Amino acid sequence: MTQLVHLSPVDYSILVLYVAFVIGIGFALKRQMKTSADFFLSGRNIPAWVTGLAFLSANLGALELVGMAASGAKYGIATCHFYWVGAIPAMIFLAVFMMPFYYGSKARSVPEYLKLRFDERTRAFNSVSFAVMTIFASGISLNALAKLLHSLLGWDYNISLWVCSVIVLLYVLKGGLTSAIYTEVLQFFMIVLGFAPVVYLGLKDAGGWNAVKEKLSGVAAQPAVYNLSDSATKTFNPDAWTSAWKPLLAGPSANPMGIDLFAMVFGLGFVLSFGYWCTNFLVVQRAMAAKDMKAARNTPLVAAVPKMLFPLLVILPGMIALALSATAGKDYAFPKAVIESSKMPAAIAAVRQAVAGNASVEETTKALASATGNSFNSAKVEELLKAAKAGAPISDEQAAIAFQDAVVNDYDGVILSLVKRYCPTGLLGLALTALLASFMSGMAGNVTAFNTVWTYDLYQAYIAPDKSDEHYASMGRAITVVGILLSIGAAYFASMWTNAMDIIQLVFGFVNAPLFATFLLGMFWSRTTGTGAFVGLVSGTAASALFHACSISQGNLPGVKGAYLAKLVVLPSDMAQNFWLASFAFIVCFVLTVVVSLATNRTKSDEDLKGLVYSLTPKQQVDQAWFARPGFIGIVLLIACAILNWLFW
Amino acid sequence: MGLDIRYPIGMMFTLIGLILTGTGLFNGGNVSIAGINIGVNINLVWGLFLLVFGAFMWVAAIRSKGQ
Repeated sequence: MTQLVHLSPVDYSILVLYVAFVIGIGFALKRQMKTSADFFLSGRNIPAWVTGLAFLSANLGALELVGMAASGAKYGIATCHFYWVGAIPAMIFLAVFMMPFYYGSKARSVPEYLKLRFDERTRAFNSVSFAVMTIFASGISLNALAKLLHSLLGWDYNISLWVCSVIVLLYVLKGGLTSAIYTEVLQFFMIVLGFAPVVYLGLKDAGGWNAVKEKLSGVAAQPAVYNLSDSATKTFNPDAWTSAWKPLLAGPSANPMGIDLFAMVFGLGFVLSFGYWCTNFLVVQRAMAAKDMKAARNTPLVAAVPKMLFPLLVILPGMIALALSATAGKDYAFPKAVIESSKMPAAIAAVRQAVAGNASVEETTKALASATGNSFNSAKVEELLKAAKAGAPISDEQAAIAFQDAVVNDYDGVILSLVKRYCPTGLLGLALTALLASFMSGMAGNVTAFNTVWTYDLYQAYIAPDKSDEHYASMGRAITVVGILLSIGAAYFASMWTNAMDIIQLVFGFVNAPLFATFLLGMFWSRTTGTGAFVGLVSGTAASALFHACSISQGNLPGVKGAYLAKLVVLPSDMAQNFWLASFAFIVCFVLTVVVSLATNRTKSDEDLKGLVYSLTPKQQVDQAWFARPGFIGIVLLIACAILNWLFW
Repeated sequence: MGLDIRYPIGMMFTLIGLILTGTGLFNGGNVSIAGINIGVNINLVWGLFLLVFGAFMWVAAIRSKGQ
């Protein structure tokens, strides 16, 4: 159990102020919520800078914040590829090529676009899988929040969970999508202004970027010392943590992510990122709420600017933490789970027995894990075994220190460890409020996307069509309550099974991976038929499940991690497995959609597809100056992004 | 748009800025809760920054209303 943090009245006052403002915004907007369109679509009257920041904030859940810092420590600057290769080009593509069809078609949701372009089957498939995903996403985030408040502040898990849910419920219920979007903007500033001083203090403490770089080259020379490798003899080139491309070009064994160039550029950069940013209704909904076509197309472009710089805020802290842990005299230990002292005798007994029975490293690691309930780094266990076999007498205290040293890193704890290290009372309140804000923006984003898809794409489409607008508006409010309750259920589910998280993430991958192929063909190839799209999408999803069932990454055992049907493909890392799975699913969906479309007849005429397909939509007269057009801004942003890649080459 | 979001953002950060600046002035902000001397009164510095940011949001909202 790590030490609890005590909040002072000053910290509490910041926290309470924030909660009062988000709820206040909900109530202030209540007067405007008259029709269902006000509630679900914000009445389409929000300016681009607001929807742009909300677009970003809805994605900036705490899992992103905590997870990116974790990856920053684990993989170094290569984590930036999620931004500079993945998100930015995808956001520009959305603005320049796709937004005209989403916004111009007057579809109220992404699944509804699929219905207009194809038919009910694709829409039903997409809306059901999307609805389930949003509930689990908000549940996972809620569980993580309640756990964090419990372990950090000692608050009761159940109370934290319910109180946070009720706050989100209040402002979403009162102000609908508008209030979710407005609070997301407030949360965006909260997150940035709450974490920026922590990152600044961390960088200052570590001695600046050059000192971080130097320390990380030392880490790269002996990653096993920092529990970053399972092999005691593994070494990386000095720039493995601090260069974005060079380690990648040298192959999977030369970068800590264990990944090859194709999986990175095609799997992550193209399939996964475009799939997420261009087709996920959670983010696209924000752009669809903009006041006019110009604002809708500018939404992702506005978001791209801060997104490009976010690695400073979310990835750099992980690298700082790793560098600090490698700096003598800083007295900073990388966060790890602490072995309970009551379990120590059992651990010592387990190792003694392993030495006596001449057990392998793998068996000893397992025995230690079952004796203590912690996970251990096998390179460290190997060293332990060697030392024990050499016969040096080891005291119990020495053994306890050695065991603790061998516990795997708690990467997710990086952000909190830095907050605790640098924040005085006052700033602490601000940083924790920022963390709370990120959880809430993620949850509210999911809930608003869920209630729209449920009401328009499932309830109105299949359960109760042709009702009055008031009926759908009140359904929207009711389903918001249901959505929050389901999220709470999902949170308890995630808290009960340690594997729940892995399984949920896995299913996200299955659903997301092929989706972009369907949209790409639908928007840019008028020959794509409804049957083609449906068959392609379902087979793509099935293909990703099948790929997972037949592949595994090195060092994992068949089961949840894959290969439960057969072990046909072995990949160098989990990340590589994810990216290859996505690439495979995309290609299957793409090829089958093309083949089946060619074999079936079109059911929609060119006239039907006007405004839905690129080639059949007349070019609009633009009244914007050349430098204000999305195409031009997109190119400027791409160049800026290329420069960033080059700077950290 | 019925509500200019810059008002609540401006108001909230002005208030938080006041709280942090006050804490910095009267209780300091050089020592973190972990007992580490961070070498700068971060409460004061960041509180003042948030005050400026909050005021900036107010001014932006008021100016756009005047138009």
